[in-house]
Amino acid sequence: ELPPSHFPAARAAAVAVGYLRYLRGGPGRGLQLRELRRARRQDIDDVGHKYDLELELEDVLDRDRTVTCTAEVVYHLGNKNTAPDVQVTVQGELRSTEEADQEFYNRIRSLEKELEAENIPDSHGNIPPELEPILLLAWVASGYVIWRNSTENTKFHLAQVKHVKQVKRSDEDLQFDYVVLLHEMVSQEVIPWEVTLLWHPRRGGRVSR
Amino acid sequence: ANMKLIFIFSALLGAALCLETFVGHQVLRIKTKNEEEVKQLQLLESLEHLELDFWISPSAPALPVDVRIPAVSVQSVKAFLESQGIEYSILIEDLQDVLDKEKQEMAESAQRQRSSSFDFGTYHTLDDINEELDHLASEYSFVEKIQIGQSYEQRPLYVLKFSTGGSGRPAIWLDAGIHSREWVTQASALWIANKIASDYGTDASITSLLDRMDLFLLPVSNPDGFVYTHTSNRMWRKTRSKIPGSVCIGVDPNRNWDAGFGGPGASDKPCSDSYHGPSANSEVEVKSVVDFIKSHGNFKAFLTLHSYSQLLMYPYGYKCTRPDDYAELESLGRAAANSIRSLYGTTFQVGTICKTIYQASGGSIDWSYDNGIKYSFAFELRDTGRYGFLLPASQIIPAAQETWLGLKRIMEHVRD
Repeated sequence: ELPPSHFPAARAAAVAVGYLRYLRGGPGRGLQLRELRRARRQDIDDVGHKYDLELELEDVLDRDRTVTCTAEVVYHLGNKNTAPDVQVTVQGELRSTEEADQEFYNRIRSLEKELEAENIPDSHGNIPPELEPILLLAWVASGYVIWRNSTENTKFHLAQVKHVKQVKRSDEDLQFDYVVLLHEMVSQEVIPWEVTLLWHPRRGGRVSR
Repeated sequence: ANMKLIFIFSALLGAALCLETFVGHQVLRIKTKNEEEVKQLQLLESLEHLELDFWISPSAPALPVDVRIPAVSVQSVKAFLESQGIEYSILIEDLQDVLDKEKQEMAESAQRQRSSSFDFGTYHTLDDINEELDHLASEYSFVEKIQIGQSYEQRPLYVLKFSTGGSGRPAIWLDAGIHSREWVTQASALWIANKIASDYGTDASITSLLDRMDLFLLPVSNPDGFVYTHTSNRMWRKTRSKIPGSVCIGVDPNRNWDAGFGGPGASDKPCSDSYHGPSANSEVEVKSVVDFIKSHGNFKAFLTLHSYSQLLMYPYGYKCTRPDDYAELESLGRAAANSIRSLYGTTFQVGTICKTIYQASGGSIDWSYDNGIKYSFAFELRDTGRYGFLLPASQIIPAAQETWLGLKRIMEHVRD
């Protein structure tokens, strides 16, 4: 059993949240951790360290309600290039974003010029309202990066979207090429990372690069 | 004489007005020579329908009597006094004039204050912050701006000293912005400085605190880094010192203190954001504080503000063993976190640095604790990662307000 206020549990929780954002996030849904309720750690011989977590999550666009989520994070021994395995179960319903997603999709598809922006949020924490969905998609993309690159000795947060450029495609997906700044807590480094996200209202998001 | 008095003033009975302004009202100062005259004025005072307003009531011959007289009665009262041979002089010819002038002055002063008023709910440049420090020092007699040294690029390190007197009183240290990108900390420090200054004399707790102890507040511990976050790189953390033998610049000032220096949790690589520097206290920003605190010799608390993560931590960071005062610091930390939560529900985790965030050597509160300053705490302010370093300005004041409650709780404990 681990104290939720101590860093080992907090780091594993950050991985689970990254994974969840990748899986369930979108331009109209930004998941964040409200509270880490419980954490347990188990050392599995020849495999690695397994963390069992009970998380309370909220959607930043719908903060009046929360959902509970159980997550299992396994950091593999030895090979540092292997991403942790994550399994999650979300209990309860997340607010539907079908309408907002479709609206966003239509808006971007109908843009004459490809969308391009930088510094989201800006130095003062401001986000232009029309760029909020772009930031939330950056959470999806960085969620993937954080999940794939975390170890027990790291804790990543998205610090800022340094640059984003939409790339028009001939198929139905939207494509956004991001340069995100990830803040790594343990080393305190702020690391730029290039990541391309493909997104579709029904198929969701996936990282292609 | 009494009969005359009653006659004159009864005639004025019907002339009593319902006053809305003080146009034509006069204030007289009456000098009585004997008990008889005092008695006459006391009789005058008893005639309520005259609506005389005695600012100083008749009591003894030696004391002056000041009275405001409604316009309609001025001539009659004067006539009466003269007929009785009672001396008087005119203090105020027309009270409304005086009130009008006062109102205008107040409006002008409020206007001056509004236009030079500092907006604590927005992020400011170093120059603006220094200007506000000057303003606070000039506005409050017990607030003084002192310079404890200068940064690598020779910017002054300004500390606000809050002292209501005494000499070498036990003192509390509070700093912010040692890591320059943590903008909510410098901003909060300014709000807190203003809060303390303006609450002294009205808030019982602050008043008794400053009546017994001094407070030293360093709002911008790393001015070079701070300027750099404005001009070049918002994410800059370290100082801006040149490192011999490296192209990289800057040392992590919170790995540079002489507490487990060079140990785990700090990097020996100059390009790293947690580079500990070539030696302990190599950074002038750190050395200036160390020298100041050592030469003062009577600090009882050392409090430092960082962001983000919402944590309230005490030593140690350089080792994972508990400090001797663990029980007291844990308990005080929890009490402070409860105070913080009481305002907006913001939760801070409490614990040692090593257990809560990571093992980190060369940190400031480890140094202060090992140098006899028992109440050493490090705060990590809002938020928990959604905005991180880029906390919206709209959250500055709420963050400062809640943090202040936590700091106050600790300071009260230290005071007592």
